[in-house]
Amino acid sequence: MLNGIGREIPEEITGLGKLRSYRKNITNGQAKSTQRSRERQRNPDNNKIVGSLEAAIKEAGLTDGMTISFHHHFRNGDHVVNMVLDTIAKMGIKDLVLAPSSLTDVHAPIINHIKNGVIRRIETSGLRGDLAQAISNGLMDIPVVINSHGGRARAIVSGELPIDVAFLGVPSCDAYGNANGYSRENNAACACGSLGYAKVDAQHAKKVVLITDNLVEYPNVPFGIPESQVDYIVVVDSIGDPKGIMSGATRYTSNPKDLLIAKQAAEVIEASGYFEDGFSLQTGSGGASLATTRFLRDKMIAGNIKASFALGGITGQIVELHEEGLIRRLLDVQSFDLKAVESLKNNRFHHQIDAGYYANPDNEGCAANQLDVVVLSALEIDLDFNVNVITGSDGVIRGASGGHCDTAAGASASIIVAPLIRGRMPSILEHVNTVITPGHTVDVLVTDQGIAVNPLRKDLYDNLKSAKLPVFSIEELKAKADRIVGKPEPIKVENKIVGIVKYRDGSVIDLIHQVKKEL
Amino acid sequence: MSRLRRTMLYVPGNNPGMIRDVHIYGADAIMLDLEDSVSLNEKDAARMLVYNSLKTFDYGKTEVVVRVNGLNTPFGRDDLEAIVRAKPDTIRLPKTETPEDVKEADELISQIEQKIGMKHGTVKMMAAIESALGVINAYQIGIASKRLTGIAIGAEDFVTDLKTTRSLDGIELLTARSQILFAARAAGIDALDTVFSDINDEAGFTNEVKLIKQLGFDGKSIINPRQIEIVHRIFTPTEAEVKKSTRIIEAIKEAESKGSGVISLNGKMIDKPIVERARRVLQLADAAKIFVK
Repeated sequence: MLNGIGREIPEEITGLGKLRSYRKNITNGQAKSTQRSRERQRNPDNNKIVGSLEAAIKEAGLTDGMTISFHHHFRNGDHVVNMVLDTIAKMGIKDLVLAPSSLTDVHAPIINHIKNGVIRRIETSGLRGDLAQAISNGLMDIPVVINSHGGRARAIVSGELPIDVAFLGVPSCDAYGNANGYSRENNAACACGSLGYAKVDAQHAKKVVLITDNLVEYPNVPFGIPESQVDYIVVVDSIGDPKGIMSGATRYTSNPKDLLIAKQAAEVIEASGYFEDGFSLQTGSGGASLATTRFLRDKMIAGNIKASFALGGITGQIVELHEEGLIRRLLDVQSFDLKAVESLKNNRFHHQIDAGYYANPDNEGCAANQLDVVVLSALEIDLDFNVNVITGSDGVIRGASGGHCDTAAGASASIIVAPLIRGRMPSILEHVNTVITPGHTVDVLVTDQGIAVNPLRKDLYDNLKSAKLPVFSIEELKAKADRIVGKPEPIKVENKIVGIVKYRDGSVIDLIHQVKKEL
Repeated sequence: MSRLRRTMLYVPGNNPGMIRDVHIYGADAIMLDLEDSVSLNEKDAARMLVYNSLKTFDYGKTEVVVRVNGLNTPFGRDDLEAIVRAKPDTIRLPKTETPEDVKEADELISQIEQKIGMKHGTVKMMAAIESALGVINAYQIGIASKRLTGIAIGAEDFVTDLKTTRSLDGIELLTARSQILFAARAAGIDALDTVFSDINDEAGFTNEVKLIKQLGFDGKSIINPRQIEIVHRIFTPTEAEVKKSTRIIEAIKEAESKGSGVISLNGKMIDKPIVERARRVLQLADAAKIFVK
C-alpha cells in the first residue's frame, strides 16, 4: 500500500505488528500553518484561547459527577473559584467533587452550590470562615476530606484523587498556556509568585483550563506551568484582588509573647545539634514561627553558619537571609509576600517547586524529607504531642492541614511553637480535638513559659538540657496552664461526621464531628 | 546585697491578660498599676483584679510591685487595705512630695500588717517623685521609712510641673535625676528612672538608658517587654569588667582565709568601694548569664 508520499509500506511486520501508513494532512490547500508567529498567537483557530469560561467548560467536557480542582495561591483575594462555580451552576452541571488545594474565607458562596447540588463533596487542605462554619454544622451529606499538601499531591499522582478538569488562575499566560505566578513582561496585577500547588494539577488533570487577566507575549518563560500541560485558556477581567492575595512584605510580629517564643525557638534550634553549616530549615508564616527566622539570623551570623536551603512557603524575611548569603537556596512552593515574588523573579537560586516535590511522601525523594529543622504553629497539642491545626477550641473547622504533618515527619527536628495559654484556653490538652500531625513525628514544644521535649527524643532532651534551656515535661507545662485557666470542658459533638482527616500517606488519622448546637 | 532592679515592667491593673503574663519576659520587677493607667470608673475593679491576681499567680522570683493611688485620692486607702493583704513585695507610692506622704503610707501598711498577723515590715515601699517639691525633698523622702527600697523619678508629671516638655536628650530632667540619685545614694536606697514612652524609638530609648546608667541609676521603668533586652544589655558588664571583678573577689576570699587584713591585687590595695563595685558587677553578670572563669 502506497503511503502519502508514494512509498510502498507493508501493513504489518513480524515483531513490530501493524503499521500506520503516513498520510498527507492538508486543509485549505496548506499542509501547515504559514502564519507569522504573532498572527498565529492571535488566530482563534490556532491558539488555546477560548471565548468564554462557559465555552471552556463545555470544551473540557465537564459533566455531572466529575472532579474539578483549583489552587489557593490567591488566598483571600481569589476570584477564580467563585467565578467558575457560578458559571458551572448556571450551566446546570451538578454533583461535582470539588478538590482545590485549599479554601479560604472568600469561598463562602460555595455554601449555596452545596445546597443546590452543584457540589457533592469536597477534598481540601483547609476551610475557613462561613463555609467552614456551615460544614461544621452539618451542611454536607458526605464528609469533607482534609489532605495535607504532600498528601494531596500523592493522591493526585497515584490516581486516588483523579482530577477531570483543573481550573487554574494564572497571573501571566501566553496564548499557548505557558503560565507563571508573576510576569517578566509587566507587573502582573495578581502576582502570587510560585504556582507550586497548581503545578501538580496542571501535570495530572485530564483537562487543564487556565484563567488569566494578563495575556503576555509568547513564550512566557520562565514558566511555572508549561504549554504542554494546558488545554484551554480563558481571558477574564480579573482573577483576584491583589490586596487579598498578599501584602507587600510580611512583617515581623511586634507581639512580645510571640517574640519571646520565637527567641526561645531559635535557642532550641541552636542547641538542637542540627545547627551547623549546611543545615536546612522551614519556618511557617505564623507570628512566632516567622519571627524565629529573625533570631536565628543573629545566631547564623555569630556562628558563621549558612543554611543549604529553606523550604516551603517563602516570605520576605527568608528572602532577606538568602540575599545576605545566609541561605544558599530557596525551594518555594508558595510565595507569601511581594518580596518573595520579586525574589523568585530575580534570584537565580530561588526556585519554584511543585507540591509533590515539596512533600509527596511516595516520591523517590521529596524536599520535606531533607529538612533538618521545621518550626510549626499549633492550635492545640496534647500530652502525646499530637497537634491540631484545623479545629478551634469550639470544635469548628477554622484552619488548614497544610504542610504540617509532611514537614513534621520529614524534618529531623520538628519544633512546635505555641503560647502556653491562648485567651482563656490552654494550648496543651490531654487529647487534642483533632489530630492533624501525629505526636511521634513532633519533637519539641516551645511555649512562652517553657519547653517540652518528646520523650522519644532523648538526644534532643539532653542537648537542650545541657544548653540550660528551660525544659519541662509536657505534663508540667500543662499543669502550669491548668492552674491558671483550669481544664476546658470537652467539646460537645453530634454523631454525624463532617470531615475526615487524612495523613500524608492517605490513611485516615482522625474524624471531625458536627458540633452540637447550644440550646 | 540588694536585689537587681534594672527593669520594672508596667502593666495596667485592669488588663487580666497582661497581668497574667507580665512576669514571663524576664524583667527584674513587674509593676501592676492601679493609678494613672486605670480610669476612674475602673478603680475598684482593677483593685480586685490585682488583689486576686497576686493571690492566684506565681510570679516566681520576680519582684512584684503594685502602684497604688495617692492617699490624697478617694482610692489610695482602699488600695492599701486590699493590696497589702495580697502581700506584694513592694507598694509604690505615686506623686510623693513630702516625707509625711511616705510616713502616712508606712503607718497604714503597719496597721494592716498587724491586723492580719503579717510580720512588721514584710511589705516594702518605693516612692515616686513627680514634682519640683518632691525633688527638693528627695533626701527626706528617701529616709522617711525603713520600708523604702528606692525612689523613682516620674517624668511626665514632673515636666508639666516645671512648665516644660520632655526632650530626647533629657536636659530638662538632668537636675531632678541627679538630685534624686544623690538622695537615694545618701539614703542608701535604689534610684530608679522614669519610663520612655515611644516604644518604637529604639535608638532614643537606648541613648536614654545609657545616660541614666552613666548617671548611676539602678534601673528604669519600662512599658513594653521589647524594652527589657535593651536595658539589660546596657547594664551588662564587659568581659574585662567581669574578669577584673572576679579576681578582686577571689583576692578577698584568699585574704580572708589567710586572716590578712590588707587586701591587695597586683600590688594595688583593694578598698571597700572597689569590692562593692566588683560585687555589683558580678551580680549584673550573673543576671545577664555571663560566666567568666
